[in-house]
Amino acid sequence: MDCDVVIIGGGVVGCLIARELSRFSLKTLLIEKESDVGSGTSAANSALVHAGYDPVPGTLKASLNVRGNAMWDRLSQELDFDFKRCGDYVVAIGEDELPALQTLLDQGIKNGVQGLELISAEEIKQRVPQINPEASGALFAPTAGVCDTFGVTVAAAENALANGVEILLDTAFEDFLIKDNNVYGIRTNRGDIHCKVVINAAGVYADDVMHKAGCRPEFKITPRRGEYCILDPEIFTIDTVLFPVPSNKGKGVLVFTTTHGNTVIGPTSEFVHDKEDKEITPTGQAYLFENMKKLIPSIDLRWTIATFAGLRAAGNAVCLNPKVDYHADFIVEKAANVGGLIHCAGIESPGLTSAPAIAERVAALLQEMLTLTTKPDWNPIRKRRPSPKHLSFEARKALIEKDHRYGRIVCRCEGVTEGEIVAEIHAPLPAKTYDAIKRRTWTGTGRCQGGFDMTRVVEILARELGVSPFEVTKKGAGSAFVCRKTKMEAE
Amino acid sequence: MIMRKTDYDVIVVGGGPAGLAAAISAKKEGCDRVLIVDRDVEPGGILLQCVHNGFGLDTFKEDLPGPSYAQRYIDKARSCGVEFLLNTMVLEVHTDFTVVVTNDLSGVRYLTAKSIVFTMGCRERSRAQIRVPGSRPAGVYTAGTAQRWVNIDGIMPGKKFVILGSGDIGMIMARRLTLEGAKVDRVVEIMPYLSGLSRNLVQCLQDYDIPLFLRHTVSRILGKNRVEAVEISAVDEKMQPIEGTSEIVMCDTLLLSVGLIPENELTRRAGVKMDPRIGGAVVDDGYGVNIPGFFVAGNVVHVYDLVDYVSQAGEIAGRSAAQFAMKLSDGKAQAEKRIPVDAGEHVRYVVPQQIRPDSLSKTPITLQMRVTQPLERAVEVRVVAGETEVAKKRMAYARPGEMVSITLTEKMQDVIQQAERLTVHVG
Repeated sequence: MDCDVVIIGGGVVGCLIARELSRFSLKTLLIEKESDVGSGTSAANSALVHAGYDPVPGTLKASLNVRGNAMWDRLSQELDFDFKRCGDYVVAIGEDELPALQTLLDQGIKNGVQGLELISAEEIKQRVPQINPEASGALFAPTAGVCDTFGVTVAAAENALANGVEILLDTAFEDFLIKDNNVYGIRTNRGDIHCKVVINAAGVYADDVMHKAGCRPEFKITPRRGEYCILDPEIFTIDTVLFPVPSNKGKGVLVFTTTHGNTVIGPTSEFVHDKEDKEITPTGQAYLFENMKKLIPSIDLRWTIATFAGLRAAGNAVCLNPKVDYHADFIVEKAANVGGLIHCAGIESPGLTSAPAIAERVAALLQEMLTLTTKPDWNPIRKRRPSPKHLSFEARKALIEKDHRYGRIVCRCEGVTEGEIVAEIHAPLPAKTYDAIKRRTWTGTGRCQGGFDMTRVVEILARELGVSPFEVTKKGAGSAFVCRKTKMEAE
Repeated sequence: MIMRKTDYDVIVVGGGPAGLAAAISAKKEGCDRVLIVDRDVEPGGILLQCVHNGFGLDTFKEDLPGPSYAQRYIDKARSCGVEFLLNTMVLEVHTDFTVVVTNDLSGVRYLTAKSIVFTMGCRERSRAQIRVPGSRPAGVYTAGTAQRWVNIDGIMPGKKFVILGSGDIGMIMARRLTLEGAKVDRVVEIMPYLSGLSRNLVQCLQDYDIPLFLRHTVSRILGKNRVEAVEISAVDEKMQPIEGTSEIVMCDTLLLSVGLIPENELTRRAGVKMDPRIGGAVVDDGYGVNIPGFFVAGNVVHVYDLVDYVSQAGEIAGRSAAQFAMKLSDGKAQAEKRIPVDAGEHVRYVVPQQIRPDSLSKTPITLQMRVTQPLERAVEVRVVAGETEVAKKRMAYARPGEMVSITLTEKMQDVIQQAERLTVHVG
């Protein structure tokens, strides 16, 4: 197979790069090892669009964060996914923590963050009545927001597809094809792909991919696991984002409400060695609630309806700015020792925020390597598929008249209909697994956690994909739900 | 009072055993139009997937499988003219007695009634609610999900099972899966006692040599794509895993039978007052709630042990709803005196939480309760009004898995009329 550019990795970074490159007359191909895009770090994170007061000034993280943040309004309008610029607060508890707010404010101003404001204890208590009464003040960042992290990734991939990018799922990178110090393709589990430039957007595996080309042998990603708890929206929600003052372990345990309306507490921060280790641990869960009580004393572990964990792609890249002493910066660069290769690595927080800016920067780097001409017919617009519960009574009625399956509820907690599920299975980038349907429609994410819908979704997937229920999986090969018919001899 | 033109006299939300009984009794009471709305393609609720026997011993003096028990009520409902709207989900119920429904035939629309009975049953507790640590592969299901796969769809969810929780559905599935040729390694229960019925321990586990481990839990799930094993540990008094006691058990499926939660989203959103101890509504002896004209019955109120009692509750709620609907047409709704009923010694909760003493002149009132811990000795159930004993009954034992009940009759009416409140003790 021949193309101009291959992107390794279908996370939010890879998908936004694919969408950015779809502007140009290029033959672009994206490969993803899992059975859907956005299955790794992009599927399990805080879904925050950070304002940019947290990164150390002068780092790539700081500049891409602030640039990226400014791009989200347009991005969400063009790609039609949920994004809410709700602002966030860093809350100081007790007088001792107050100086930290000033430090963050100064840092934010240096990074070019607009609208930052220190607010008084009285003000924060008024704005967030559930806050710890010991709160001594807060930093308010009006430009921070919350996005649908699954939505943006799928939307970017779909828009890229619509503009001619090809996406291969269940396709894993194995090695580079290199000749005369130039990358001319990659080897995958499904054969070789020849191209002019490869873009490494492999998330937690970006270091392994990089090393295959002999680049930056000193660079290492040690995944940092973050566990989260999702609370029952019927019991507790909060309509803002609250951070504690940061510690040396990162931004700390925060509370936010997703665009789907679920309040989430997390993350923990623990280095792990296995790049697939997304376990939930008793110590992690206890840690979350102990820490959250500092901000919201009334919080209770029993309000949990779901738990999940994700891995941050924490790297050890030295900041390229010689004046800054920082050892965990993003890498967005042309490979130094081989031609035809661009790396995006160490993309931990604020990676989601920065993703559109990373894509923009990758396009600029590519411009130095290939001649890029803009397509006259590039269409930046992608429309979401309908969701009856967000429609007015009349619009809902009209939709069901057009397609009766929008009248049948399959997930009762979240009110998801058969029509929505079928639409995702036959979407431009088809949702072929239960988890893909879950992330795209929010099926099975409510209080019963799939208790009602699971058998029904498996049935719908089997019917629509034209396979037996034994071939329907949760998240790709090896994760089938059911194994054989009853009334048959066991093996 | 203004006469309202409504689509139905009574709308019943949910066509399981409580809903069927409610609709039948509303009809018998004289209502003209009674509708059951159910989300499944046929009425019967969870009974349809309960193909095992043990149903109807109290009501019919017969040992029936779930679908046969349901069919008797379905036939009765159809023959007395109850209407059904199936394959239809109720989205909302408003206090002006409009019910918003949606289905794939007639779309989304409003229905109206003079009174409403909520019989949505209950749902199973999920993995996250009991916070089982470990990875998140395929192969972790609630016992009821597995039951639907096996008994409705005819497919097996796995080959080798561990079951967490000694709830009735879990034990019944242990037997069912064994009969289908699967291996059920064991059932583990975090409490020091069984959470389901003793008869299921004998008939579903002991008869098939499936071991039950009390005071044990699953402390970790292993496997990336599909469950590969679970780690099982003994627990201490605080129900925390004891270090050094863990054992890895290879299996491809973990079933959860760790409790049921009344399904009260519609009621809660409509403003029905809840009792946090049971997860269901605060009810009176007619299964009325704080909103006049709304009634609730069955597992949506509290989790029952036997379906026969669910049907009985449905019958009472249906009668109350019919009377309300007809009174409304006559323009005579009335407020009656209510006396609270409290849970006393060894009692976790009592339903109904309040009674109307006036009702006793028409019909006896049965108080239902669960005990807080197993009492493996002769016990007395006592209803008292302050120092005065109102009712008493003896039992050979009392266990949390089995509901305890005591009936108040007309001859106690005078004492109860005078009481500030009633308290029930078991000891």
